[in-house]
Amino acid sequence: MTHATLKSLSASLSEGTVSSLELCQDYLARIQTLNVSLNAFITVDADKTLAEARAADALRAAGQGGLLTGVPIAHKDIFCAEGWLTTCGSKMLSNFVSPYDAHVIEQFKAAGMPCLGKTNMDEFAMGSSNETSFYGPVRNPWDTERVPGGSSGGSAACVAARMAPAATGTDTGGSIRQPAALCGITGLKPTYGVVSRYGMIAFASSLDQGGPMAQTAEDCGLLLNVMAGFDRRDSTSLERPQEDYTRLLGQPLAGLKIGLPREFFGAGLLGDTAKAVEAAIDQFRKMGAETVEVGLPNSGLSVAAYYVLAPAEASSNLSRFDGVRYGYRSSEYRDLTDMYEKTRAEGFGNEVKRRIMIGAYVLSHGYYDAYYIQAQRLRRLIANDFTAAFQQCDVILSPTAPTTAFKLGEKTADPVEMYLSDIYTIAVNLAGLPGMSLPCGFDARGLPIGLQLIGNYFDEARMLGVAHQYQLATDWHIRAPTL
Amino acid sequence: MSLSTEDVARIAKLARIRVTQDEIVAYQSQLNGIFGLIEAMQAVDTAGIEPMSHAQDLFQRLRADEVTEPDRKAAFQAIAPQTENGLYLVPKVIE
Repeated sequence: MTHATLKSLSASLSEGTVSSLELCQDYLARIQTLNVSLNAFITVDADKTLAEARAADALRAAGQGGLLTGVPIAHKDIFCAEGWLTTCGSKMLSNFVSPYDAHVIEQFKAAGMPCLGKTNMDEFAMGSSNETSFYGPVRNPWDTERVPGGSSGGSAACVAARMAPAATGTDTGGSIRQPAALCGITGLKPTYGVVSRYGMIAFASSLDQGGPMAQTAEDCGLLLNVMAGFDRRDSTSLERPQEDYTRLLGQPLAGLKIGLPREFFGAGLLGDTAKAVEAAIDQFRKMGAETVEVGLPNSGLSVAAYYVLAPAEASSNLSRFDGVRYGYRSSEYRDLTDMYEKTRAEGFGNEVKRRIMIGAYVLSHGYYDAYYIQAQRLRRLIANDFTAAFQQCDVILSPTAPTTAFKLGEKTADPVEMYLSDIYTIAVNLAGLPGMSLPCGFDARGLPIGLQLIGNYFDEARMLGVAHQYQLATDWHIRAPTL
Repeated sequence: MSLSTEDVARIAKLARIRVTQDEIVAYQSQLNGIFGLIEAMQAVDTAGIEPMSHAQDLFQRLRADEVTEPDRKAAFQAIAPQTENGLYLVPKVIE
């Protein structure tokens, strides 16, 4: 049962062949067995989960259940959930039991989906390997000597290991798509503004976006139907009519124009990943899609621009962690400044400190124009490239990550090398476009390879349809690691 | 561009993060590596390009000036490091 998709779990629940309680017990048992080695969860609270499962079963029994009522889900520990420890992967929030729910959590509660636990992540979502978590690294279920990617590494690993049928993630520069690729699952970052950021601990507010992670594109569509929606408490939440993100799943690919950015198929793309992506392109052509070469000439500078903009926003957002109203406070201090400085020195890990310092520097007097404004101008050029490319195609296809899962410790010594894990994903966040990753093969070591689809603004339904058609014709997404 | 140890100490001060001399040296080399990556931006002529601060052309929504939130002061203060009489306590700022 733990290997089933959301779609089929939903069917089993409505047929009454399984209860939410039984389902949650199965997943909790699997979490208990596997989390010791994978470390995908920071917090598990069986009593809470089972109480929610019983409530879901009661709703269904009363004929008041929805499609996903009773199907459990794991939440990235960046989402505030009332009564749950919410750490954001940091020592700074190691004692923070949230007094309120994020909008996303409210939405899943309203849908009757029990929470299986809070998943591990890079500290404050800053990382591409999950190694910056204060709670220890998550291990990749396909090879426990390797990283699961990041920052939503716990969410990706728990879905890959079938410890949960679905999980939430957030994506600021690739944090849903890159771990989805490295763990062999499907993950989607929606158009900026589609999912409310209320109660989602902020990293870089103009880029952060929550999204679903699951086995299939179809499941991601079902989850996005729950997550998306206007929320007045997020000033960037978009007021749009509700849509059914699964409505185009059945649309055939004939006539679809797939754009292939020449900059993403260059020298940096290594053997097995290149081969798997080429094979996927052939598969799409076989199914009636046409391919067209497009250019994203400024995308090469997206990593540089991102490492100005994201730290700048982070340095401002993370100034709230001062040891006054919640979270960690240093135990010894002389005066207020001493308290701030020691609290932050002890509460934050090195990667977070590095990014706060970069941000403080690029925003400081005399450097603002040369760095921050220049990066914002590049951001415009990068976004304009996509607008031009979408004149020629319906979706854009590329690899999700330049390599498959790398070894723990392999890239921790050099931050810059780690940052380059996101070279294919970052431009999408800068432009605010929707993007997703889906499994498209394995390398010689048996590690999963991810394919990225990028859609035009608000084109999630079509993107999911394209991915679903591919998943009807292939079985990469069904394969699970032996554990 | 290259950051000196004095620059790193100044940035850490701005960021309200206490750093030791050893950490300053380590951060200096790491931050210079990151700025090496960032410097690639300077090669592009962006004259006349409007800076893009956000993914969408948003304007600030307004709402009616009325009370919409319940009073949850007790719940929020219960998780604070130190409170007294409904106030957050910090070391004395003004003698």
